[in-house]
Amino acid sequence: MPETLLYAIEVMTNGLMAGVLYALVALGFVLIYKASGIFNYAQGVMALFSALTLVGIMDGQVPFAHLINAVFGTDLHHFGWTLPALLSIILTMGVMVLLAWAVQRFIFRHLVNQEPIILFMATIGLAYFMEGFGDMMWGSDIKKLDVGLPQGMNSWIDETTFNALGYGFFIDNLDIVAAVVATVLVGVLVAFSQYTKQGRAMRAVADDHQAALSVGISLNFIWIMVWSVAGFVALVAGVMWGAKSGVQFSLSLIALKALPVLMLGGFTSIPGAIVGGLIIGVGEKLFEFFVGPMIGGATENWFAYVLALIFLVFRPQGLFGEKIIERV
Amino acid sequence: MNAQMHPQDGYTTADGRNIGPVLMEMRNITLRFGGVKAITDISFDIREGEIRAIIGPNGAGKSSMLNVISGFYVPQDGEVWYKGQKRPPMKPFQVARLGIARTFQNIALFEGMTVLDNVMTGRLNHMKSGLIAQAIWKGRAEAEEVANREVVEKVIDFLEIQAIRKTPVARLPYGLKKRVELARALAAEPSLLLLDEPMAGMNVEEKEDMSRFILDVNDEFGTTICLIEHDMGVVMDLSDRVVVMDYGKKIGDGTPDEVRSNQAVIDAYLGVAHD
Ligand SMILES: Nc1ncnc2c1ncn2[C@@H]1O[C@H](COP(=O)(O)OP(=O)(O)OP(=O)(O)O)[C@@H](O)[C@H]1O
Ligand SMILES: [Mg+2]
Repeated sequence: MPETLLYAIEVMTNGLMAGVLYALVALGFVLIYKASGIFNYAQGVMALFSALTLVGIMDGQVPFAHLINAVFGTDLHHFGWTLPALLSIILTMGVMVLLAWAVQRFIFRHLVNQEPIILFMATIGLAYFMEGFGDMMWGSDIKKLDVGLPQGMNSWIDETTFNALGYGFFIDNLDIVAAVVATVLVGVLVAFSQYTKQGRAMRAVADDHQAALSVGISLNFIWIMVWSVAGFVALVAGVMWGAKSGVQFSLSLIALKALPVLMLGGFTSIPGAIVGGLIIGVGEKLFEFFVGPMIGGATENWFAYVLALIFLVFRPQGLFGEKIIERV
Repeated sequence: MNAQMHPQDGYTTADGRNIGPVLMEMRNITLRFGGVKAITDISFDIREGEIRAIIGPNGAGKSSMLNVISGFYVPQDGEVWYKGQKRPPMKPFQVARLGIARTFQNIALFEGMTVLDNVMTGRLNHMKSGLIAQAIWKGRAEAEEVANREVVEKVIDFLEIQAIRKTPVARLPYGLKKRVELARALAAEPSLLLLDEPMAGMNVEEKEDMSRFILDVNDEFGTTICLIEHDMGVVMDLSDRVVVMDYGKKIGDGTPDEVRSNQAVIDAYLGVAHD
């Protein structure tokens, strides 16, 4: 096989892995949007916040240490213990559920039946609040997240492809783990929404609020549940991303990467979020590989948006969104 | 039968059905929307096993009354009594959990789901297992699912919608949607069934079918039904007792015959153009 083709395949595979993360973040958006019509700008910050919390809990950091020290003149920073990764993940999930409850109780409960734009604005406020809150709780320094996931080149793939094709593919173990975890997560979410009582209720709420109420579903409960699930998805994305490039505030910017994914996949489609994420991940890497050198590189900054824009012009409802037929 | 009847007593209808004691009682309900008085100081009761109708011209406040019963609207004044107890203010989902199911004047179905899934949602209140339990005791959750499925299939057979079980609701014509909505309400095995204009917008044949279903539901399951209907003829055929509303006020209450000969009712109906 020609060298370029092999490179291209390698680039594509890596793009696929990056796409998995985009898809995860986009999935969090879709879940909340479907169930409540809220476009949650804070989804990316939720990923950051969950990753910060996870690191903090694992390292036995004292939450709000800075604030406590400033008020009481103490010098606290760590409890002096470290917790195992799995336990920390479970505790972090608890924090995310608490957050979901608080968001519903203190913000959206007061905004029922408001215009979508007002709900959107509220999530912008929430995003920056959470960013500051996370900062206050855990400090703003860049943290290393190590939950024990394998990292570095997968040598088995490298050797096998080298022996078969004369060219060893570089695929990061972490990317493979991310892809597997994301696939399992999506499988669990689908099973949850199809086969459990709560999942059914969630789909019902996503479809029609009035009808859902009439069959005895508490919208409030479902919304807290959906925010919790979105928090869980954010946590998974946060762990993967954090393990790859450290937990820092730029993590919240992956939310912006999810936007073109949503434009491509449609705001209400779970398969759309997944396929859209993969297309953007792959497209962005391939474009940079083939076209980047000709036009001076750095295409990854804008490629996804331009692709989404072009797509939007021709298919505004997204890949899997329902066709919009104007009534006359 | 008359207005002085004791709440605990029942009566026997002309066609020989036994009606029980009071199931639901509205006491001096008043509902305002800003300056608009949708309901003014209305009281009436619904008895067990009864088919009770609410009629009146457009904008009389009929839907508002049904919405008060089902918790969608909160009245400024008055009390709601259910099964002999005063009902505290409740959210619609809490009312549904008391065993009060309803349909809507403008149909509220889950358009993206199939007919079967829609009817299944009517069973949500009967699904006991929590999330963790569903994951751990898979067997119990499955047994529950099977039992719920049986009720749903029975309702689907009963309303003769087997042929469209797997059809997405969005693709159905209006008349069938109304029937699916009734199926979902029935699947909840309600003790009180509220129907807001179940026959509106239907052709004659569909109306006849729907009338038959309503009578059969009441007959076979003994379900208490409170329905709103514009068509006087239909109301007279179906219902045991009728409340007549006009401009938010109650202007008549009694058997179809009593109501039909009531001068205030005749005036209200003559004074308003009707379809
Ligand atoms: N949610 C609401 N907000 C404001 N006004 C309302 C609301 N619901 C009903 N109304 C008003 O209350 C009055 C009674 O309306 P309602 O829908 O109960 O009448 P109806 O008897 O069901 O009429 P129709 O036969 O047309 O269905 C009307 O004046 C209506 O405009
Ligand atoms: Mg009405």
